[in-house]
Amino acid sequence: MQGKTAIIGNGDSVLSFKAGGVDAFMVADTSEARETLRKLAKQYKIIFITDDLAEQLDDLITRINSEPYPIVVAIPSDTGSGDYARRKMTEQMERALGVDILFNKEEK
Amino acid sequence: MARLNVNPTRMELKKLKARLSTAVRGHKLLKDKSDEMIRRFSVLIRENKKLRDEVELLLGDSLRQFALARSLSGRSQIEKVFSMPSVSVAADYEITSVLGVDVPKITLESKSVDGLPYAYAEITSEADASVEKINLAIEKLIRLAELEKTVSLLAVEIERNKRRVNALEYVMIPQLNETIAYIRSKLEENERAATTRLMKVKSMIENR
Repeated sequence: MQGKTAIIGNGDSVLSFKAGGVDAFMVADTSEARETLRKLAKQYKIIFITDDLAEQLDDLITRINSEPYPIVVAIPSDTGSGDYARRKMTEQMERALGVDILFNKEEK
Repeated sequence: MARLNVNPTRMELKKLKARLSTAVRGHKLLKDKSDEMIRRFSVLIRENKKLRDEVELLLGDSLRQFALARSLSGRSQIEKVFSMPSVSVAADYEITSVLGVDVPKITLESKSVDGLPYAYAEITSEADASVEKINLAIEKLIRLAELEKTVSLLAVEIERNKRRVNALEYVMIPQLNETIAYIRSKLEENERAATTRLMKVKSMIENR
């Protein structure tokens, strides 16, 4: 199966993914990213998205992620990593277990 | 707890008893399911976090390497060589079931073409390193994608299941118990009433 992974990003960083065989889509702003993500969700199995964009498209990502496919994964962008994925993890943990078993421990 | 609105008859009692035993059995099964899901979830989320940390480190590394490669060559040149990938991410996308939850399962196939997506003469060695690193990162990213999705689907299912367990435990089962007790006492009451009536009739006949 080919061309089943895509990346949406707003920087040059997405270009390097292209060399790895991931279809790269560069977007300029949030509304364009939203449009692109909506379109790509129908064709691709895995969509990487830089976490600054993921932050803004949270509602759409949550909706997409309620099905097994496609998978939307937040990745750190070239400007450094945000805490989007970490926050999601905490949120899921609290929903499922009621307690935070990962991040609390580290603070101690 | 409100009792159900039923007629206090033997038929209803029998029906309710059957419902109660189903509810108790269902509750036990769901509770077991919930326990197992939570166990798996906590294993998976730890793994998820570890992998994410790893991936973010790796990705940061490869992005830095890429920035370096880009600074050493012209923008148009970089774009030219990076835009024609010779490899593509080959993987098998399936759906498996973990305790009745559909989760993705991705099997990564080994890449068909090894090597770089451009000729060596075209660009500096920094780009080579960057491509190598990004390939490594992508493999891990795909595993992370699978794991992250599994965790998130499991979290939703755990929550849903918990609600079901609670509904059975705190609403359904007490309600049934109470209704059954009500019907029982009503039936006993009727029986006592019948007995006293008979006794009364008997004494009336004897006194005549």
